[in-house]
Amino acid sequence: MKEVKKQGGLNAEIQSRIGHQLRAMYDDVVRQGVPDRFAELIRKLDGPEAATAAQGGGEPDKNNGGS
Amino acid sequence: MPLTDSLRDDILASVPSLRAFAISLSGNGDRADDLVQETLLRAIANIDSFQPGSNLPAWLFTILRNLFRSDYRKRRREVEDAEGNYAKTLKTQPAQNAHLEFEEFRVALDKLPQDQREALILVGASGFSYEDAAAICGCAVGTIKSRVNRARSKLSALLYVDGAEDFGPDNTVRAVIGGNS
Repeated sequence: MKEVKKQGGLNAEIQSRIGHQLRAMYDDVVRQGVPDRFAELIRKLDGPEAATAAQGGGEPDKNNGGS
Repeated sequence: MPLTDSLRDDILASVPSLRAFAISLSGNGDRADDLVQETLLRAIANIDSFQPGSNLPAWLFTILRNLFRSDYRKRRREVEDAEGNYAKTLKTQPAQNAHLEFEEFRVALDKLPQDQREALILVGASGFSYEDAAAICGCAVGTIKSRVNRARSKLSALLYVDGAEDFGPDNTVRAVIGGNS
């Protein structure tokens, strides 16, 4: 006799299909790699000060950290 | 921690999954890339607060998720408009079977409450542990588990109730998902 599943465990096959589709959708984007604009951005920015400036200002008192 | 070359490389290596997370959350590629860009700027601006040796992807995902949340609150209307645009792009796409199934999935995912959607993506697609996902979302591990479970049952109801018999459920399951007799 097959064991009767409760509602919470509703159909393992459906669940595995959902997991598969979710990963397929996600991995489709992951496989696109790093667009040039982001590679350039990360290379270009020298550190916190440059990034804060690039954000278009930010809190003025935050720049006085003086690492 | 200072922005070393190796940290730069690690941040760069997280970009593909940050984009995937952003697209899954927002359902809109352009907006997703803006979110990623702002995440990177924030991360680098606040790199001093990153603890060396801690989980960099989780830290970056937390920033992105918080940005998305505050953005979403600010522009709830525009989000609704974006859904309309999304429906428009659907119509222009070829109705290939696999593609259609993919789009159906995407639409169903967008119907989930935001809490459930992000929990499901973090655990089911990004591959974070329940603990990391809980840290990213700022909630308890048990909360993440129940959000993931609710997201899964809702998706299966949205996508597979009609076709559930194809999967050969037993009578009890059929009664549960089939509703009246």
